[in-house]
Amino acid sequence: MGVYLRVAGYAFRRYSTYRVATASAVVTNTVFGFLRAYILIALWQARPQLGGYDVADAVAFSFLTQALIGPVNVFAGSLELTGRIRTGDVAVDLHRPVDLQGWWLADDLGRAVFALVFRGVPTLAAGMVAFGIPLPGPATLAAFLGSAALAVLVGFALRYLVSLCCFWLGDERGLHTVSTVSTMFFSGMILPLVVFPGPLGEVARALPWAALIQVPADVFLGRHTGTGLLGVYAFQAAWAVALLGAGRALTRAARHRLMIHGG
Amino acid sequence: MAEALRVYALLAWTWTRAAAQYPVSMIMLTLTTVALTLLDLAAIALIFVHTDRLAGFSGTEVMFLYATSLVPFAMADIVLGTAERLGQHVREGSLDTMLVRPVSPLIQLATEDFTPRRLGKLLPGVVVLAVALERADVDWTPGRIVMIPLMLVSGTLIFGALWVITAAFQFVVVDGREATSSVTYGGAFLTQYPMHIFGRDFVRTLTFVLPLAFVNWQPALYVLDRPDPHGLPAAARFASPAVAAVLCVLAALAWRAGLRRYRSTGN
Repeated sequence: MGVYLRVAGYAFRRYSTYRVATASAVVTNTVFGFLRAYILIALWQARPQLGGYDVADAVAFSFLTQALIGPVNVFAGSLELTGRIRTGDVAVDLHRPVDLQGWWLADDLGRAVFALVFRGVPTLAAGMVAFGIPLPGPATLAAFLGSAALAVLVGFALRYLVSLCCFWLGDERGLHTVSTVSTMFFSGMILPLVVFPGPLGEVARALPWAALIQVPADVFLGRHTGTGLLGVYAFQAAWAVALLGAGRALTRAARHRLMIHGG
Repeated sequence: MAEALRVYALLAWTWTRAAAQYPVSMIMLTLTTVALTLLDLAAIALIFVHTDRLAGFSGTEVMFLYATSLVPFAMADIVLGTAERLGQHVREGSLDTMLVRPVSPLIQLATEDFTPRRLGKLLPGVVVLAVALERADVDWTPGRIVMIPLMLVSGTLIFGALWVITAAFQFVVVDGREATSSVTYGGAFLTQYPMHIFGRDFVRTLTFVLPLAFVNWQPALYVLDRPDPHGLPAAARFASPAVAAVLCVLAALAWRAGLRRYRSTGN
């Protein structure tokens, strides 16, 4: 257990070195938060109460999606592990007396904690101050943190699967973009899933990507409480377990598959 | 100038041939670029499932704005988009290598990794523009017809100048690439929508500081024959070429100033 804590700690420290890069990411997340908020305001002025949101919910949602980009790593597609598989450095990782998936999970959690505190919080704070949106109570905030943690787990599990495919594909960039496009569309990044019409909405809300942005955002907005909250936690946890399990199976298969070129 | 274009074409062709060594990958990447570009159109389509008008603009009119934003942005991105990697080259010291070669470092940066994949951004823009022009309820006068190519060219120059200015900014703030995306990608995103949906101060900044309003918004008001919701004089609708010219001069100055200021990291 100790080793995983250390890996997570080092990942946190590694990301905390790039202060200017972090600040500039906050600038961009905040600018896009404003842009998306104004677009949703225009939509909700035309259709008040659309999807059960009011205008304030829609504005908060825009900044929540931007705040979660960092922790959930929406645009990343996969992990740094991908590059190590391509170069063959993964052989070193496999020799370590630690579990490959556990090692990278710890690394990603360290990164996610840093991103949540230093990218997510300032972005969300900027939006809430600019649009005068009140902060929810401590119970809702705690519930949100739980849901955000599960979102990070699901996000990691998905990106780990994409990374491992590099063992078979060699060139993972195509799959990367497929993964990024699905994440952006089905997570609620481009528009909240509550405005997706009919069957498209039902399917989108059941897919794992909904667990990344839509679910934590709804928890923040106080739309899930009591047993409803347990229900969405179960939804996120089920996807996390299923995808992490698939990752384990794929890791086993990849071990048999591995062939290091040259060197 | 002719020499610069010749070198640009030569380097772009070299990179294209390199990319063509992996044809399947190249085709897949082009298709996924198309998909990524269409996400914004999907958002617009989903918005218009719920309403006929967004802040007074019809679906076709917003499609027209989307296309007249995407086509110039894609053209500028095809030609200059990789300039945003400047900070990375400064950090890794590879800019030094570019400086000793007998070709402008801007051309080397801009052609880096050039692949036909970049056309994947342009394709949806052109198709949507054709559909929007066909469906738009516009009283086509000679002036309006001339305005279409004029706004596409001015928009391309404005976005191109912004790519160069934001690259030059990275001479000063090496790790600033992410922040510059809010100008380039942010600019491409916001010009897809009627500009008066954004806050008033926000639009003032976008008109007078970063002249994004001149990419397509002001010319589109002329083509669609609409009053300016912010009451700018009618002359603003025809100012895009002048704005583009001024911005290109500023970009050239910024790039030169940045390059003069450059100190190698010392690899």
